[in-house]
Amino acid sequence: MTNVLTRLTQRPPAAETRRSAAGRVAGVVLLVLAVVLPFCSLIVPWVLPGTVDVLNSVGTLEVLGLCFVFAGVAVGYDVLFGFTGLLSFGQVLYFAEGAYVLDIALTVWNWPLLAAILLTLAIGLVLALVLGALTLRGQGIAFAMVTLAFAQAFYYLVEDNPGNLTGGDTGLVMSASRLPGFLVGVGNTRNLYWLALAFLVLTYAVVWLVTGSATGRVWLAIRESERRAEVLGFRLFPFKLGSFVLSSLIATAGGMVYLLIVGTVSPSAVASTTVTISILVMVVLGGAGTRWGAVAGAIVYVYLQQYLLKVAAEPSFASLPAVARVPLSQPDFLLGAIFVLFILFAPGGIAGLVARKKEKR
Amino acid sequence: MSTFVAITISGLALGAMYFLVASGLSLIYGLMEVLNFAHGVFLTLGAYAGWAAAQYLPQQGWTFIVTALAATVAGAAVAAVTELLLIRPLYGKPVSQILVTIGLDLALVGLLLGGFGSDSRAIAVPAWLTAVTTIGSEHIPNGDWLSLGLGLAVLGLLTWFLRYTRYGIIIRAGAENRDMVSALGIDVGRAFTLVFAIGGAAAGLAGLLNSVVFSSALVDPTQGDQLLIFAFIVVVIGGLGSITGSAIAALLVGLVQVYVTFYANGGGLAQLGNMSVVLVLAIVLLVRPRGLLGRTT
Repeated sequence: MTNVLTRLTQRPPAAETRRSAAGRVAGVVLLVLAVVLPFCSLIVPWVLPGTVDVLNSVGTLEVLGLCFVFAGVAVGYDVLFGFTGLLSFGQVLYFAEGAYVLDIALTVWNWPLLAAILLTLAIGLVLALVLGALTLRGQGIAFAMVTLAFAQAFYYLVEDNPGNLTGGDTGLVMSASRLPGFLVGVGNTRNLYWLALAFLVLTYAVVWLVTGSATGRVWLAIRESERRAEVLGFRLFPFKLGSFVLSSLIATAGGMVYLLIVGTVSPSAVASTTVTISILVMVVLGGAGTRWGAVAGAIVYVYLQQYLLKVAAEPSFASLPAVARVPLSQPDFLLGAIFVLFILFAPGGIAGLVARKKEKR
Repeated sequence: MSTFVAITISGLALGAMYFLVASGLSLIYGLMEVLNFAHGVFLTLGAYAGWAAAQYLPQQGWTFIVTALAATVAGAAVAAVTELLLIRPLYGKPVSQILVTIGLDLALVGLLLGGFGSDSRAIAVPAWLTAVTTIGSEHIPNGDWLSLGLGLAVLGLLTWFLRYTRYGIIIRAGAENRDMVSALGIDVGRAFTLVFAIGGAAAGLAGLLNSVVFSSALVDPTQGDQLLIFAFIVVVIGGLGSITGSAIAALLVGLVQVYVTFYANGGGLAQLGNMSVVLVLAIVLLVRPRGLLGRTT
């Protein structure tokens, strides 16, 4: 047992450390650029998702904020899927819990922000512990489908508008009366942008620390072979539950930041299974089990989705022939097709492509 | 009491439709261990094929058979092409196979949304289908009988096929031990394509049935994906890979959903029937983690 633990906690070989050092420098540079971005009113034609071609316009900052939120949630999902090898289809449940409970506490019950946040996290923790313990009884595919079913039950619940809390199909617009002034109003979009960025950085740091620890090594062992890890003497259940709870809490926190940025929640936007599918696609597109891959995948996914919607809404788009217009007007079609191509030809995702390029060098 | 009979029949009819969806999923999973997310879009495409066929057909009672055939064939064709183009290159990588079906579902539903918009289309249905048959004092919609009949027919056909035909035996053997079957010189790949086509055919038919009987003859691009979640629940309750288990679970789920929706509607929660299905799933998994008739190894 001790022997195994030492082996599991061993540092990676020197070559790998060197390679990741270059990656770390790139990461820090990108982070600094992201922090100062709201101060740059550069004019960038064509590629921005906002309606104006200015880099720090409200529209673009909002989209980038969303990118960061989902990047954080995707890194959280990577803990469960990429590092522990557990394929859950219920991640949206915790995201939706974060957005809905915070919204209800602020808007319907008029709670102060801090108390509302603590309540949301507490409910998220209990939910993840209970449902994690229950769903982890199922193995492999059964686990996937049961998590899906519970998330769907939550979707039905919020759609039903119990006690007039959730607003049913139309959702619930957040009341800003309990928020501090610097988070309210179009003029403060950059503060929300930084909030989302802070959420991503914090999430990334936590996931980086935990996946690098002894616990993280056991997760990898579970991913590679549950049976072997079990034979080595580990009780797997606490490790699996730990991975599940960490991943879920990150999703809950992401849901809260999402609410603050978007200002409203609805079943189809935050509680439907399509959100889980998007998160899964982001992680796989970026490269599961690599952390930064999930970030890259999420940013590419959300950015493309918002950008394509903007392009499809442009007047000149309507003059395209139907053969081109119909598929191009649907981000889901393009993202789905790109995803299929990646699975077939680049199963390691974006991170895998980068690693392959480095090896050739 | 008599209302109880009518409710029960409608629950069984709903269960029969769930079985049509779940049988294909279960068959594919049993042989190939692929959880087919694209099954949802196979359902939807079947319903759209039926809608398209009904557009061009004269409105007579018998033409519904052609509509149903169109849905079945469309489902089978799309499924077979999916297996050949997307699943086949990924043999031996079960997670990638699941992921590729997710991508396909995303892309095809997107394409349908682009082509048809998010509004529903009405499928032309013959008069006999919307009529009711009166037994004693009870009025039972003919759609319910159709669903029950199709469910029984597909259960019978699948059981016969798996038990007595050469390919059925290959499929059962392949589900037990795929490597051994290939080692005996049998082309398992062809059996895979066949299983996908059969599952797709059942899905196409189920998609049409779901539209004409359970969704007021309407079809929309996301219908199949909503139904798919119930099919997943049925497959897990029944035990992955077991056709008989799926049949029992489908009826159970259909009945629970209809009873709860009908008798507990005073609770004010319109979706309580759907939520109770998840509760049944949770209970079954607590008691029997592998489902009712799941394999124990």
